[in-house]
Amino acid sequence: MQALYAQLLVGLINGSFYALLSLGLAVIFGMLNIINFAHGAVYMMGAFVAYFLLNLGGINYWWALLLAPIIVGIFGMILERTMLQWLTGLDHLYGLLLTFGIALIVQGVFQNYFGSSGLPYAIPDQLKGGMNLGFMFLPIYRGWVVVFSLVVCIATWFLIEKTRLGAYLRAATENPTLVRAFGVNVPRMITLTYGLGVGLAALAGVLSAPINQVRPLMGADLIIVVFAVVVIGGMGSIMGSIITGFALGVIEGLTKYFYPEASNTVVFVLMVLVLLVKPTGLTGRAA
Amino acid sequence: MPDTAIAEASAKATTKAATGGNILQVRNLEAWYGESHILHGINFDVNAGEVVTLLGRNGAGKTTTLKSIMGIIGKRTGSVKFNNQEIIRATSDKIARMGIAFCPEERGIFSSLDVRENLMLPPVVREGGLPLDQIFDLFPNLKERLGSQGTKLSGGEQQMLAIARILRTGASFLMLDEPTEGLAPVIIQQIGHTIARLKKEGFTILLVEQNFRFASTVADRYYVVEHGKIIDGFSNAELAANMDKLHTYLGV
Repeated sequence: MQALYAQLLVGLINGSFYALLSLGLAVIFGMLNIINFAHGAVYMMGAFVAYFLLNLGGINYWWALLLAPIIVGIFGMILERTMLQWLTGLDHLYGLLLTFGIALIVQGVFQNYFGSSGLPYAIPDQLKGGMNLGFMFLPIYRGWVVVFSLVVCIATWFLIEKTRLGAYLRAATENPTLVRAFGVNVPRMITLTYGLGVGLAALAGVLSAPINQVRPLMGADLIIVVFAVVVIGGMGSIMGSIITGFALGVIEGLTKYFYPEASNTVVFVLMVLVLLVKPTGLTGRAA
Repeated sequence: MPDTAIAEASAKATTKAATGGNILQVRNLEAWYGESHILHGINFDVNAGEVVTLLGRNGAGKTTTLKSIMGIIGKRTGSVKFNNQEIIRATSDKIARMGIAFCPEERGIFSSLDVRENLMLPPVVREGGLPLDQIFDLFPNLKERLGSQGTKLSGGEQQMLAIARILRTGASFLMLDEPTEGLAPVIIQQIGHTIARLKKEGFTILLVEQNFRFASTVADRYYVVEHGKIIDGFSNAELAANMDKLHTYLGV
């Protein structure tokens, strides 16, 4: 039983990263109509920025949680202003190729300087140790990751579904021309949205640094699974990507316990099944 | 007579009561959709406080004229002056912030927003917009349906919502593109009353209509658009004298 709970926790942790990353992808896809293949690279950059902040600037984990998403978000906004914005109105393929190229370049640069092995990032003192819950031992840092990710996901959902700014976002997803004709600076909003999506990925990167170490290819390994999650959940649905993210993490964890051989493929098997039955994804709106 | 003369002569013919200053001046406006040249030099004027209607057949360029003024047609040349400020090069968000509001033909109700969010969506661009209670006074149906999804409303209610949401923003110049299209006579009548009341409130309205009978109940002046040009213009008082010509223009 201990092992089952342990795998469940691992599942929830992975689910947190899936949720944060697929949430950002969904927001970006909704507004920019771009399938952001650079998402894994910016996740990795988030972890590296946290590493640099700590080792070069002596800036701790808590500040990194705030600063890394902002720094990487600004990097994303520069990408959007200088490159992605020119793809408006073109086929999805162009955005996919461009962001994929950006990802390869960014990863290549980091690999060149840091190799492929991981750099250590220590768990902050306040989150060290664990708790005995009776039925299992819970490392505090892992519990923190799950709870904090959930809070960030819900906050993002609230921002998009329940606020005035979110109403602009949703409306501009449907009809950007008209929203602009109402006096909203839509191009600026698109830039900020890309920054938000990228910032969420960077935040996930910071959260993962103490668990998975900081590696140039940490995002490349993760992003393929995240795209499967997004396909299952349905592109463009906010709550859908949060729920599917956590659910698939858990399903993966359970598979590791019951049938470990399938744990690496279960997400993709589910993706195929969902595509066969409901091509728009479980919560996706019909195009 | 030359096009600009039509615009000026017609604008001067406005009844004194309605005449404020010239609020919109369009000169030699040309516009393109991709490769196709749609507007070939549009000239007309709108004075403050007027209801001016663009008449014309399908595809004559009426909607394109509104969209060009609003800045949502990619390629446009010529001159559009709003309150004496040139706006031909401005982006549509800037144009909206100067006080021009647009209600598109397809209404543009957002399906991922509920009625309240749709109504509150356009940002307030200046003071002097209608307060919500006055808007609900004009459109009582909307008040009851605030929580509904925008596109669950009937066609008439959607049209009312599309007009209502641009009244809050403080824009004093409204461009309505075929507000009566596809609606039942009772609802058309209600929209007519609304436009009359908005005029009384001091709004200036540029209307595009195919429904000439409806237009004649609300408009002060008319311009006839054909093949991307203004080919005629007259006031409501001159309407009877121009009926025959109008029938030929519109082919009705």
